[in-house]
Amino acid sequence: MAGMVIAGGGQAAGQAVASLRQAGYKDAITLFGAETYPPYQRPPLSKQYLSGEYGLDRVYLRPEKFYADRDVDLKLGVTVSGINPAAHTISTSEGNGITYDKLLIATGSRPRILDIPGSDLDGIYYLRTIADVDAIRQAMQSARNLCIIGGGYIGLEVASIAVNSGLNVNVLEMESRVLKRVTTPEMSEFYHELHTSHGVNITLNSTVERFAGKNKVAEILCGDSRFEADLVIVGIGILPNIELAEKAGLECDNGILVNGRCQTSKPDIYAAGDCTNHPNPILGRRLRLESVPNAMEQARVAATNMNGGDSIYDSVPWFWSDQYDLKLQMVGFSSDGDNQVVRGDRKSSQFAVFYLKDDAVVAVDAINSPREFLVCKRLYGKTVDTGKLQDPGVDLKSLMS
Amino acid sequence: MPQIRFIEHDGTEHEIEAINGDSIMVTAINNLVPGIDADCGGECSCATCHVIIDPDWMDSVGRPSEREDSMLDLNPDREENSRLSCQIQVRDDLDGIIVNLPEFQY
Repeated sequence: MAGMVIAGGGQAAGQAVASLRQAGYKDAITLFGAETYPPYQRPPLSKQYLSGEYGLDRVYLRPEKFYADRDVDLKLGVTVSGINPAAHTISTSEGNGITYDKLLIATGSRPRILDIPGSDLDGIYYLRTIADVDAIRQAMQSARNLCIIGGGYIGLEVASIAVNSGLNVNVLEMESRVLKRVTTPEMSEFYHELHTSHGVNITLNSTVERFAGKNKVAEILCGDSRFEADLVIVGIGILPNIELAEKAGLECDNGILVNGRCQTSKPDIYAAGDCTNHPNPILGRRLRLESVPNAMEQARVAATNMNGGDSIYDSVPWFWSDQYDLKLQMVGFSSDGDNQVVRGDRKSSQFAVFYLKDDAVVAVDAINSPREFLVCKRLYGKTVDTGKLQDPGVDLKSLMS
Repeated sequence: MPQIRFIEHDGTEHEIEAINGDSIMVTAINNLVPGIDADCGGECSCATCHVIIDPDWMDSVGRPSEREDSMLDLNPDREENSRLSCQIQVRDDLDGIIVNLPEFQY
């Protein structure tokens, strides 16, 4: 076989294939995806695909025909089970000794599993794949009481769609506030109030101890509290899929270790996306990201380098989340700041919180405020006049010069 | 099917047969036209599918929405006819449209 082999079938994998062909790579490209769908976008799964607004064709990264037309061999439903870096071969669920010239590991991540008594009951779901959402949508038809475990972005996005479709929605969060892992107390409070105003019940500081029910879940027990639930969605974080790389002797530490060129510790093996731990020269540190823009950009960098080019990953992390009619766009990490300024009015649901470190912009949470989002993307790490930044009367363009 | 002529910043041209209902961004992505990143997949969330519409076609294409306009506003390469290509659907009356690609997406 040889040529380029991609282990994984998500967005990084799909983008890498496209970038390789775009760069003029002519030889064999083979993609092994554990799922039976061609590479697709995960962000809409907890948003427009869950609500029914988007069909499958809108979720696929590119139509299936694209791969056939460009002579890309999609091996779907096939898992890569081993890598022999010295021999340049992989083994899969369908056969061994498959050779590669260059290998890209794009194995992504998987939901963290809640392993407590009753977690094998029917009616308990995770949300990561098209198949997961198909099952959830089916279950939502007849469900009345949805319990979401975990008040992170996935949980809250699902809550916004479920409450709009008429379900009773409980969100159980073990921490003292929603979104605690990813944002500041003020933003947590804003989103908490947003959801309660739409009729979502949020219970904080609640550790789920047990699911109860006969075959199918009926109740959730947390300490002295009991919550009725005929549908449960667990969203308590994701874990990088590094086992394949680890087993092959690739260096891993909270992700597969790659350098700025997306190379792993073994020759001719690259990695991209959620599964990597990579250096970010702008942030000045290594990190693992659960992020589509990162997956896409690392895939482009890896593809360029796999094809003999020279590209270094050099992007500011950014994220987005849609809940109700609010579009949240984020740049960087608020925890990097030691000061914050607000531009706009919280009550109007159109505002941005800029986070600064020594007067340099290091993050923004921008709600319905695309200009503020973009100004942070452009001015990241630069010193700004905070007085102007928080004055809505000052045109942001004047800060760019 | 409508034809779209994409012109890269260096002058390279791509004549593409588009599908009605697809966005111009999707048309570019599915045909490996370089110069469009489209990281958010068409949500008007990332502004990395910036294009500059040929002036003769601007009336048919129309002006950006308020949200799209704010996404374009801070782009240093913005021109009078700038649009986000994920927000333009291909239709029969866009047959022959000329779409210019900027040097960089931000």
